Amino acid sequence: MRRQVVLVSLIALCIGLTVWVTSMDRVGIMFPFTWEGMAKHAQRHLQLVFVAEIIAIAIGVPLGVLVTRPGFKKLAIPIIGGASAGQSVPSMAIVAIMVPLIGLGFRPAMVALIIWGVLPILRNSYAAINDINPAIIEAARGMGMTRGQIVRKIELPLALPVIMTGIRVSTVVLVGSATLAALVAGGGLGEIILVGVFVGEPLIILQGGAPAAAMAITMGFILERIERWMTPRGLRVKAEIS
Amino acid sequence: MIKLDRVTKVYPGGTEAVREASFEVEKGEICVLLGPSGCGKTTTMKMINLLIHITAGKIYIDGVDNTKIDEDELRRNIGYAIQDIGLFPHMTVRQNIETVPVLKGWTKAERAKRVETLLELVGMGSGEFIDKYPSELSGGQRQRVGVARALGADPPILLMDEPFGAIDPITRARLQDEFLKIQREIKKTVVFVTHDIHEAIKMGDKIALMNEGELVQYDTPANLLYRPKNGFVEKFVGADRALKGLQLIRVKEFMWGFPPTVKTDETAQAARQRMKREGINQMVVVGEGRKFLGWVEWADLEKGKMVSEIMKPSSDVATVDTVLNEALSIMLSTRLNNLAIVNEDNRLEGMLSFDAIRKALSETAQRGESE
Amino acid sequence: MIEAWQFVIRNPEQMVEWTLEHLWVTFIACSIAVILGVPLGIYITDKGKEQIADAVLYLAEITMTIPSLAIFGFLMFILAAIGLPSIGFTPAVIALIIYAQLPILRNTYVAIRQVDPAMIEAGKGMGMSERQLLFRVKLPLSVPVIMAGLRTAIVMTIAIATIAAVIGFGGLGQAIWWGIRGARMDLIIAGGVSVAILGLLTDIFLSRVQRWVTPKGLKEM
Repeated sequence: MRRQVVLVSLIALCIGLTVWVTSMDRVGIMFPFTWEGMAKHAQRHLQLVFVAEIIAIAIGVPLGVLVTRPGFKKLAIPIIGGASAGQSVPSMAIVAIMVPLIGLGFRPAMVALIIWGVLPILRNSYAAINDINPAIIEAARGMGMTRGQIVRKIELPLALPVIMTGIRVSTVVLVGSATLAALVAGGGLGEIILVGVFVGEPLIILQGGAPAAAMAITMGFILERIERWMTPRGLRVKAEIS
Repeated sequence: MIKLDRVTKVYPGGTEAVREASFEVEKGEICVLLGPSGCGKTTTMKMINLLIHITAGKIYIDGVDNTKIDEDELRRNIGYAIQDIGLFPHMTVRQNIETVPVLKGWTKAERAKRVETLLELVGMGSGEFIDKYPSELSGGQRQRVGVARALGADPPILLMDEPFGAIDPITRARLQDEFLKIQREIKKTVVFVTHDIHEAIKMGDKIALMNEGELVQYDTPANLLYRPKNGFVEKFVGADRALKGLQLIRVKEFMWGFPPTVKTDETAQAARQRMKREGINQMVVVGEGRKFLGWVEWADLEKGKMVSEIMKPSSDVATVDTVLNEALSIMLSTRLNNLAIVNEDNRLEGMLSFDAIRKALSETAQRGESE
Repeated sequence: MIEAWQFVIRNPEQMVEWTLEHLWVTFIACSIAVILGVPLGIYITDKGKEQIADAVLYLAEITMTIPSLAIFGFLMFILAAIGLPSIGFTPAVIALIIYAQLPILRNTYVAIRQVDPAMIEAGKGMGMSERQLLFRVKLPLSVPVIMAGLRTAIVMTIAIATIAAVIGFGGLGQAIWWGIRGARMDLIIAGGVSVAILGLLTDIFLSRVQRWVTPKGLKEM
């Protein structure tokens, strides 16, 4: 209940700010972005996040699972270690390094977001499979499940919630990082923020920042719901410690 | 039923976990693999269902070399129970138990019936557990579900790896008793791994004692206790082996059937005469239909006229199937020199005295030595 | 690449200054965040404060999801309204304190909560007061987890401080920002690569520190 209050008031605050600024006649020396402009930028923002996220999932989940398999275990340390180290590289650095490699526009922004988005997914997918109690797998083997059956009936259902956590974290991070796409002319709500920065007008910064925040919070909430729904009932009793 | 012929396991890296172990488990018997940790007992068990591959030697199941059978098929026909941790946490009790039946393609109706039967068998048949998850059960209940799951598709062979390991002693004793009762009904061929000598003596028809990968002695519990093959066995069995031997004997073998009794409405005088004639100083008091009520003692005979006035009521009893060491501990915890043996309806069946236990001790020791 | 290297060679003082600025703001923000976050984390572990704890932790969790540029905008708006400098160091350090606070707060809470009740019982049994219990049992056992939170906080602060260049704070982000505005590839690469190295090195260094502060008895292996 209390959580819902926190959640709803934060989202309401963000949306309220957005509506307030957008409906102003004039902000300092300039006009605020129009509703159409807002919609266009928000759409581009979502497009960046979704496309990057889907590609990140397509790379991260299979790769994370693959390195838990016998025969590929040697790859786990460099790949997973690299992914954790990679998370300590600031997102702005990744965006910046893309510019000389790919140039300006939608593509470098997308590549940077994919790299940044794949890291938590990779880590969680690996941990999800790797942390399953070996006794459970052995019990399954002992009862005569085939490899495929163990993957389908035991490993996947047990790992899914943890993988889903990785996807949630990655999506939320991407909504934030996508604001940086504007730096390399990738579009999205970050562009509004940048205009605000250039003219030194905090309200314009908010006009781009507040809807981005609302987007991040809402997506985090929705994905958490999906995650809980995917968690088998027998596992929900356990307390979570991140 | 299960025959191991010079089975050896060498792990990559050269560790020899099991060296040329040979023994045979008869159909319907419980064979306990016993030994200190790292002795190779679990490895030996896991080679039976090929969870661990055999380096050298053969294991025959019903005369068939187990490596010639499809591994998954083999395992589906051998029940496998491990510590409660092996229950699938994301499946309900029902789904856990019907795992192997599902793998074997049983119909829904067959499975439902089987789950019901098994829950009934392990004493959880009230229907309130069937849709619960392992995390919602107590430790003892989880172990029961573990046993039920192993029995899922009614396999002729059961492998149990310390199935009652992580559990408090009282619950463990109860689960052991329950399992023995179930086993009398279902007569499976069981291979049971434990490091606990008490559990081994209690559960095993035969015990295979292992040390450092070698089978040291394969024998009945009595022989292991009273005819240890070498110093290791003697040490492992412990100095109190005479006491441990009491676990092997049930009350019915040494109790006094149809002992003299007296009723509450008889006089103290009548009791005195009877006790004098039998040469005893404690006598059982029974009520209607030979229900056990308590004791009357020689020293108390002067204290009243009727038996009902001088009787000492008691509810400490044992049954004919109680093992002697449990009976002894009940006797030690009361002030009495005798223990009443009753049936399920509290009807008197006999009486057990300290002297009888002493006699049992000396006889079993001889029994072991003369075999 | 070569241009970037030439820039670094020709302007070593500038690079050093940016790096020091970056580290300085990180140090200030994280120090204040520890001073605020650890006591608050301890405070909400008290009995009867479960509901407050839940709300605070949830708020912290959500706040971490808010894009940093949005927080900067929000802070600039508020600071301008109350007449404080709305660009440069002030909004940067405030935003960084807010972010750095969150992992420290969360980990302190989790760390104290997961101290084995048996140990607390043992401490009580030996006659420790609540205070002694906190300083002699709960906190020492919590150090590794709190340290992990601090590590997350520091690495995150370095990342967000880079973005703060956009609102006029210096640091290594300045190189990237100027490079983007002036289409100077050398600046973009020099800034991007050095901030990436800074993040990586700090993380490696902190993982060493983390191992070092873990009480001997708690180390695995």
